[in-house]
Amino acid sequence: MSEFQSLLEARGIGKSFLGIAALDSVDFSLKRGEIHALLGENGAGKSTLIKIFTGVYTRDRGTIHLDGADVAPGNVGEAQTLGIGTVYQEVNLLENLTVAENLFLGRQPRRLGLVNRREMSRRARALLQRYGLDIDVDALLSSYSVAVRQIVAIARAVDLSGKVLVLDEPTASLDTHEVEMVFAVLRQLRDEGLGIIIITHFLNQVYAIADRVTVLRNGRLVGSRDISGLPRMELISMMLGRELQHITREQQASDETLAPGAAPIRFSGYGKRGSVAPFDLEIRPGEVVGIAGLLGSGRTETAFLLFGIDRADSGTVSVDDAEVKLTSPEAAISKGFGFCPEERKSDGIIGDFSVADNIALALQARQGWAKPLSSRQKAALAERFIKSLDIRPADANRPIKFLSGGNQQKAILARWLATDPRLLILDEPTRGIDIGAHAEILKMIGKLCADGMSLIVISSEIEELTAIAHRVVVLSDRRHVAELRGNEVTADNIMHAIATPTTPEAA
Amino acid sequence: MIHSRNLPFAATLAIFVIAYILCVIQFPNMLSTRVIGNLLTDNAFLGIAAVGMTFVILSGGIDLSIGSVIAFTSVFVAVMVGSLGIHPLVAFAAALVISTLFGSLMGAMIRFLAIPPFVVTLAGMFLARGAAYLISTESVPISHPMIDAIQGFYFRFPGGGRLTAMAMLMLAVFIIGAFIAGRTRFGANVYALGGNQQSAELMGVPVGPTTIGIYALSGFLSGLSGIAYTLYTSSGYSLATVGVELDAIAAVVIGGTLLTGGTGLVAGTFVGILIQGLIQTYIVFDGTLSSWWTKIVIGVLLFAFIVLQRGIIWYSNRRMAEGRLVA
Repeated sequence: MSEFQSLLEARGIGKSFLGIAALDSVDFSLKRGEIHALLGENGAGKSTLIKIFTGVYTRDRGTIHLDGADVAPGNVGEAQTLGIGTVYQEVNLLENLTVAENLFLGRQPRRLGLVNRREMSRRARALLQRYGLDIDVDALLSSYSVAVRQIVAIARAVDLSGKVLVLDEPTASLDTHEVEMVFAVLRQLRDEGLGIIIITHFLNQVYAIADRVTVLRNGRLVGSRDISGLPRMELISMMLGRELQHITREQQASDETLAPGAAPIRFSGYGKRGSVAPFDLEIRPGEVVGIAGLLGSGRTETAFLLFGIDRADSGTVSVDDAEVKLTSPEAAISKGFGFCPEERKSDGIIGDFSVADNIALALQARQGWAKPLSSRQKAALAERFIKSLDIRPADANRPIKFLSGGNQQKAILARWLATDPRLLILDEPTRGIDIGAHAEILKMIGKLCADGMSLIVISSEIEELTAIAHRVVVLSDRRHVAELRGNEVTADNIMHAIATPTTPEAA
Repeated sequence: MIHSRNLPFAATLAIFVIAYILCVIQFPNMLSTRVIGNLLTDNAFLGIAAVGMTFVILSGGIDLSIGSVIAFTSVFVAVMVGSLGIHPLVAFAAALVISTLFGSLMGAMIRFLAIPPFVVTLAGMFLARGAAYLISTESVPISHPMIDAIQGFYFRFPGGGRLTAMAMLMLAVFIIGAFIAGRTRFGANVYALGGNQQSAELMGVPVGPTTIGIYALSGFLSGLSGIAYTLYTSSGYSLATVGVELDAIAAVVIGGTLLTGGTGLVAGTFVGILIQGLIQTYIVFDGTLSSWWTKIVIGVLLFAFIVLQRGIIWYSNRRMAEGRLVA
């Protein structure tokens, strides 16, 4: 006990999946009576780390001490017994049961072998009163708001474990008032001496609730800092990093190289309530528009609007001076738009299809299923792109799931290039691919826009955007807060724009 | 106040009461203990099996093997007692052990091989039916002093109705079933599984033992139902009770249990059985209607109930959304 001042002390934690390191010797320590925010972009390793704490995964390397004792929880139940409880964002409690049943599932008070419902309700009321919640515990959980459900989940987790509480994006679906309700409970628990780990991607909330932050990036520890006296700028630069500093803006085209005159593709006042606030966006041929912002700032939502996956409820789109409606991806494709989604595995590739079939997919969709591409056409198409994009191995008939991430990404790019789009939207085109393929994809983006295609690139790596984009639109709290062009496109400016606190709107 | 959870049950109960009143207005004789006694006896075997089906559906599963297991049990008991001269109690016990093990095995396959219940119990359905044919393809009559005694045993209602041993067995199964569902940890786990298996697992519900327990219970009750059926018909026949699992599912759903699991009451299934029995009785009283009208009315009711359940879910979601806006 004396050796470890911390409640939870993790050292040198390592974890790999299929040979790819998700966590690489990460240290983490949590004190009693502390709210500790765990931050990082997608794929930084936050979830992996807390899943190791909560017994969902077992670590490959490293030690975890809880209250000075070496622990290695093998499953969720074991972690609970040790004192580590978890509250997840969504999958959590059972909506079809009552509040009391949820609180006491698996440990109902019994009399003569039968569940004593009255006693269970009494205890449930007593338990929730501690959290200032005076509700009918015999009503179904589904009849309460998400905030109440979240507090019930916290009450259950604390009642079961009692030392460490892990919260994975507990506020993602709450409004401002509800967030305050949950935070009040967390502050109370902190003051009672509980150690709390919270994952969130809302920086405002980090500053509102956390005492300390630990930032992870690409499975590595960036640092742990006290939140007081940590400027936003510094926190953001910790999260986004500067790993690509060596990439210079050599391909940077100045505005003069772009076609003169009005932009052929114009979005004005375009937005959707609860998704992205209305924005204006003009896109010229040969232009790369970067979209920057933290996770949850509305990056992907913007892409969904631009490609017609989500329907806008305000604003207009005009293509070549004619007003059009983007009510579906099909409509967007017919206007010459293309979209490579972020979730390559789930939304992009069809794993069991061959490389050639995957490439042919969008072109086939565009010309209609009634006119199938012949296998010779497909082979020719695949051959062309395998050569021009250098997809390896150069085997058009191999199922795409056997290719590396970078090559899969190239095949998806090829899918859209085959349709000869005028505007291609790339959501995190370099996520999860190795550094060599990374540079190649960036090079390809440069080449594409030199050929006159317009590109919108969404990326959480700022240096990547400064390397390739002519203009960068910065998003924060689901609105477009800044547009940087030409020489303004620097990592510092982007981070400044992200860090500038936005006035919370009363929406 | 009715929680929206119990609304389907309340609707079922209301439909039964209204339907019964309408029947009585047309045929006053239907308001007699005789009719009620017969209704309970005629549907006893179906009711017993439907209790097992209630647990299965509450957990989000399905058991298609019920009808075949009933047929198997009845042939098994009939051959053991009728042809081999074994004491009925021994035959009953053996049949229950076999059917319970059969159910556990299906539960274990569903859980550990992660095969959908529909597929596993479909295979179980063919297997049990085949095993029944293997024992005998003939209708095997059964006669034993003890069986005659059970068949002859009844309580007399005022008004001449009879509460037979089989009806009593069914009522006992319903009461015990309601207790297991509502007042035991096993029951709570069944509801939890039906709500969301992943959440239930994260909350520490022992998913494996619970799943096996659910199908074991369904197997046991199918066996018990087979015994009741044997007593009811005084014979065992491998071609009997084809499609009884579907009648059981209908009773469960009409009784207000959500087919997706997680919501419902054992008492609702009882009313579901009563409604099916009432329709049959009405057809008998009318005398001119084809017995297929039973199926048609049940089909219409099933549709109505599924629509009602959708409506309730839709309504409560909308109320939730409104509630959030106000707050």
